[in-house]
Amino acid sequence: MTLWQQYIKPKTLAEAMDAFATAPRPLLPIAGGTDLLLDLEQGRHSPVQTLVDVTAVAEMTLIEIRDDQLFIGAAVSVNRVALDPLTVRHAEALTEACDLIAGPQVRNVATLGGNVAHALPAADGTIALLALDSYAEIVGIDDPMAILGNGDSAKLHRFHRLLPLKDLFLGPGKSSIKHGEELIVGFQISLSKPHQASCFKRIMRPQGVALPILNCSVWLERENGLIKDIRIAVGPGGGTPFRATQAEDVLRGRSLTKSTFESALDALLAQAQFRTSARRAGADYRRHIVSGLFRDVIESAWMRAEGKTTETRRH
Amino acid sequence: MTNQISLTVNGIQHTLEARANETLSDLLRYRLRLTGTKIGCDEAECGACTVLVDGEPVVSCIYPAERAEGKTVVTIEGLGNEFTAKHAKNAKELEKKEERRKNLSDTSIKLSASLRALSGLNALHPLQEAFVEHGAVQCGFCIPGQIMTAYALLERNPNPTRDEVRFALKDTLCRCAGYPTIENAILAAAESLRTGEPVRKPNIPDSIHVHQSVGHTHRRPDGIEKVNGQAIYTDDLVFDNMLFAKVKRAMIPHGFLKRLDVSKAKELKGVVAILTAEDIPAERNHGLIVYDWPVMVGVGERVRYVGDAIALVAAETLEIANQASALIEAEFDLQPVITNPVMAREDGVPQIHEKGNLLKHIKVRKGDMEKGFAESDVILEHTFHTPTYDHAFIEPECSIGVPLPDGRMEIYCGSQIPYQDRTQVARVMGWDESRVRVVGQLMGGGFGGKEDVMGQIHVAMLADVTKRPVKLLFDRHESLLVHPKRHATQIRIKIGAKKDGRIMASESELYGDTGAYASLGEKVMTRATTHSAGPYDVPNVRADCYAMYTNNPPAGAFRGFGVTQSAFAVESMMDMLAEKLNIEPVELRRINALHVGSITNTGQELRESVGLMECIDKVSSAMCQVSGLSEKDLFKPRVVSDVDEVDLTAKHAKRKEERRKNLSGLRGLSGSNYLVRAWGFAAAYKNTGLGGGAPDISNAEVELYDNGMFEVRSSSAEMGQGLVTVMRLTVAEEMSVPPEQVNVLVMDTDLTPNGGPTTASRQTFVTGNASRYAAKTLRDAITATLAEKYDVKPEQIRFENGIVHANGHSMTYAEVAKEMKAMGQHPRALYEYEAPKTQPLGTGGDMHFAFSFGVQAAEVEVNKLTGEVRVLRVISANDVGMAVNPLGLQGQVEGGVMMGLGNAITEEFLMDNGYVVSDRLARYRIPGIMLTPEITSIIVEHPTAAGPYGAKGVGEICSIPTTPAITNAIYNAVGVRVDKLPVDQESIAREIWEREEK
Ligand SMILES: Cc1cc2nc3c(=O)[nH]c(=O)nc-3n(C[C@H](O)[C@H](O)[C@H](O)COP(=O)(O)OP(=O)(O)OC[C@H]3O[C@@H](n4cnc5c(N)ncnc54)[C@H](O)[C@@H]3O)c2cc1C
Ligand code: FES
Ligand code: FES
Repeated sequence: MTLWQQYIKPKTLAEAMDAFATAPRPLLPIAGGTDLLLDLEQGRHSPVQTLVDVTAVAEMTLIEIRDDQLFIGAAVSVNRVALDPLTVRHAEALTEACDLIAGPQVRNVATLGGNVAHALPAADGTIALLALDSYAEIVGIDDPMAILGNGDSAKLHRFHRLLPLKDLFLGPGKSSIKHGEELIVGFQISLSKPHQASCFKRIMRPQGVALPILNCSVWLERENGLIKDIRIAVGPGGGTPFRATQAEDVLRGRSLTKSTFESALDALLAQAQFRTSARRAGADYRRHIVSGLFRDVIESAWMRAEGKTTETRRH
Repeated sequence: MTNQISLTVNGIQHTLEARANETLSDLLRYRLRLTGTKIGCDEAECGACTVLVDGEPVVSCIYPAERAEGKTVVTIEGLGNEFTAKHAKNAKELEKKEERRKNLSDTSIKLSASLRALSGLNALHPLQEAFVEHGAVQCGFCIPGQIMTAYALLERNPNPTRDEVRFALKDTLCRCAGYPTIENAILAAAESLRTGEPVRKPNIPDSIHVHQSVGHTHRRPDGIEKVNGQAIYTDDLVFDNMLFAKVKRAMIPHGFLKRLDVSKAKELKGVVAILTAEDIPAERNHGLIVYDWPVMVGVGERVRYVGDAIALVAAETLEIANQASALIEAEFDLQPVITNPVMAREDGVPQIHEKGNLLKHIKVRKGDMEKGFAESDVILEHTFHTPTYDHAFIEPECSIGVPLPDGRMEIYCGSQIPYQDRTQVARVMGWDESRVRVVGQLMGGGFGGKEDVMGQIHVAMLADVTKRPVKLLFDRHESLLVHPKRHATQIRIKIGAKKDGRIMASESELYGDTGAYASLGEKVMTRATTHSAGPYDVPNVRADCYAMYTNNPPAGAFRGFGVTQSAFAVESMMDMLAEKLNIEPVELRRINALHVGSITNTGQELRESVGLMECIDKVSSAMCQVSGLSEKDLFKPRVVSDVDEVDLTAKHAKRKEERRKNLSGLRGLSGSNYLVRAWGFAAAYKNTGLGGGAPDISNAEVELYDNGMFEVRSSSAEMGQGLVTVMRLTVAEEMSVPPEQVNVLVMDTDLTPNGGPTTASRQTFVTGNASRYAAKTLRDAITATLAEKYDVKPEQIRFENGIVHANGHSMTYAEVAKEMKAMGQHPRALYEYEAPKTQPLGTGGDMHFAFSFGVQAAEVEVNKLTGEVRVLRVISANDVGMAVNPLGLQGQVEGGVMMGLGNAITEEFLMDNGYVVSDRLARYRIPGIMLTPEITSIIVEHPTAAGPYGAKGVGEICSIPTTPAITNAIYNAVGVRVDKLPVDQESIAREIWEREEK
């Protein structure tokens, strides 16, 4: 089968939007292709006319600080995300998640944008981004500058839509990004302040599909021995990447002790909708093991936040 | 509008027209003919296709070629140059190589592939050097990916830790699984790169029965070509005017083919031929023993599994062949599906074959069961289940049929039994066998999975009709669907013993799922049955096995040959018995171990070469030594604080530190420690050779060339296991020459004599012997000639260090060759070796001419909360008679442990009502380097008189006890008995939490 006919490699966002507007359809953006090409090859996605490769789009391959935000381009490889000093400093959970994805030869091509756009409820990068309360910058061909095709990117910038990550997901494998019409340009994360820290861990099984059976990420801020603020993400805890907001409410303003942890765990279990996925994990098994995973993750974040100053801890 | 792709590959700039749909691996392999980059899966799972793009390792199989525009690519072929360019300071080393190259090309007329590779190439990168030197190269198929990934690591990190090496190689799979040697090779290369010193040699003990050549560590003859990308596997071959084939498969598990319409496919431009069952020239079925497997299923005939072929397409391109195949319309009358062997034996179920669903009822009878159980103080009974497994060799099957002008047909393929392939092709074509030449190619792993014909017959048919060469390459998907697997089994064992531990009776009932066709099912299940009482001296034995046809993919040979399954059952049973009797597991095995003088359950008296007790003792003391525990504490659970946890990620040290802090600060939250460790123990034995009365014959030929080089030839298969090294060492030994003076040629039915099937751990024994005796025969001929010429007694002719001495004359072998020819003799000898006769099962005689013994201990760590299991250490002792090739043996032992670990922990070929779920490598997981435990190999050498220098088989025994050692360790750690493979962490966790809730 011919999976694609034409391959376009825009260098700027404007060029990419131009391609979106004019190239023969069906059309899809391709980043690393580690999900998409397999979907095409294995018939889960029908062949397309055009692939628009976003990995050379300048605006999408940056990691930089913009005001009080860290910007991570959607087309940055997960390997770079895992190793970049800026992510290491401001988004530790994300680096841990990206570090765990596949081997280096896949990590060097797989992108963070692709991980999110694929919209699986337990994608590792997604779960970490969720705990980090990131926002996705989205641009589409409906945006006036994009249609002009010659807009310089500074102007184009203004037409970006900014969406809290959790609003991006509609269901398993379904996102609110209009396929073939919109692109995730990148992600924004608030810069890390003293006594804020994050952590990501997961549990795998050695057989069958290479997806985690459970992953968890926690971001928290510690003040005077109390949890000033906290965000907890668990995958798969429902049809879309899941934030354990009720457990967050339990913990906010309290110290991390055995009893507060247990109340938080109860809240998490009450809110999460663990399901049985055939050949991967039963719902009751997930409910059972989440306690240990959640505990490990929150404990690490808690300890990191205590020790954490504004100094970079690595490199 | 077509784009151009300009890219630099290995320092050379290329500008090519962009093609739709093209990946970088296709561009490299098919357009630039850089075939060192391998395709194992085409789905980003295996890492074999790893190349560097702008210095970063990437999987080229899913890397769109057009993305490489403007980039710099380095492949395995470019690594040597890359190194030379960068490290000119190693010029001296280069000079040495150059010198060696010259010497070689002076001396050899007919350069072997490896010499050719050496002479045609520049320097090797130290990584390449180290991979050869350390024996990290087995079948070689994954090696380019391993080396490229390692290269990228060393470029970034010249001094990596072991953990960092593992983390980098995490998803670069090796099924020969010499992961520890791969790791060592990389560390040795890193050291060499840092210091500028030559690559440090591995530290592998010689055989205790060491000779001049045999018993020492030597490089593989095909090592260099396998590390520099020059090694040619079938898919690397291209013939002029070649067509591409695709097989249309039924894709339903059971039914009758009602209608088949190929008309639309025929109309497609570029389609050259479409064949159906009507076009089969002669014999309609193929098979290894039973001819029950249709070459194609015709209209009105029965489809028995999803992989059944219903039509063949040959087209100008693979893409057209695939399209045509999709256009073929088929309708089936679906039938109820037989999904397992127990169901297959039930009354009233559909009968898949004319003679019914029973392939064979296999029986073992010894002594008096009633008496045995009556004399027992304790009787235990338990049923075990093992699933289907796939060989998952990294090289998928490929065959090429090439019609010759004289009407003959050449078949290029990777085959474990070239002469059988020839027979099977000839039968179906209705030809005399001599019309077919099978030219076996390097094989990227076999493990039993390349014994049955896969594409050989199909390409012969297509090539015959089109009069053009035809290539049929399976993708991973097709490979997983079609080729025979390891039998799924249900095994019930009832065992009776005295209080003192003596086993009095063992009864077993086995069901084996042989799938749609017989393949080697009967033989495999016979081995499972005869070995189902374990390597023990049991006076009363009764075993019944039902090898059943089902609608699953066929099952056949797979390393371990049925014994893997029964060893899991019986060794689990042994531990259950030990617990019941309150005897230490090791002690119970000592009490019952087979020894010289024992009678096996098939009535064979063991007269020599039974190293089981030594294996038991050595493993037992090694366990105590590495763990610092006493024998009685080994099998008790030990709670470890998770601070001790060996975290295998790159950030290991940091995380460990963090955990330490956490624990001290937050003990309350951490709760009790939930990581528990314990050891487990298991023993096994496995026959060497075909046995059961089958004549076990191998032929080898040795020839001396004018330049003094020898060549040894046999059709036996080299699939990575190292037979070529054994053949080379054997001839070197007999002729008293350095091994490098012996070339090896294998797997060609025109050029090499029949070595028989490469199965049943037989080749070191039979082809080792055939090579040895052929060399001896040649030496005798030389002796006789020279004795006559110089008029001395034959005893006065001496062979020493490559020189032949006769009565004061000293001659090189080049001179000897001339001398022989001058006397009208051709310096060549063919030897047909026949192993000692064996007897069929049930006759009570010697069913096998030799047995290998193996004992393993595994230390596991179980997470009581999640049920996760990690294997930390494995100690493996194998009685192999004599270690002819210690370096190869090391690779076999490590690979065997890893395959056993996969069998226990990671692998399960999933099916759903006859449909294959594990139809991609992503759904059939083989162990990667991260799961590799610390492996200690102990070689035990109780020579067997008839074996070459005392050697017997090793390929299988080293893989058999791993699984039960692991599952026994799990029981010892957390009290959960795994009786169904693979180990399921969820069930373990569930059993623990249910127990604790009570
Ligand atoms: C061997 C292997 C192991 C893996 N292990 C893991 C793992 O452990 N954890 C894990 O989470 N994942 C894992 N993955 C999955 C995969 O690597 C990730 O999901 C990856 O991050 C996807 O990124 P990509 O760039 O390859 O996306 P692509 O395949 O290029 O794209 C995925 C989808 O997103 C769309 N898309 C891509 N970029 C954008 C964008 N910027 N804007 C809008 N739409 C876009 C594409 O059109 C496509 O529909 C693994 C994959 C492989 C092959
Ligand atoms: S990863 Fe590319 S061939 Fe397997
Ligand atoms: S050497 Fe690695 S797969 Fe054979």
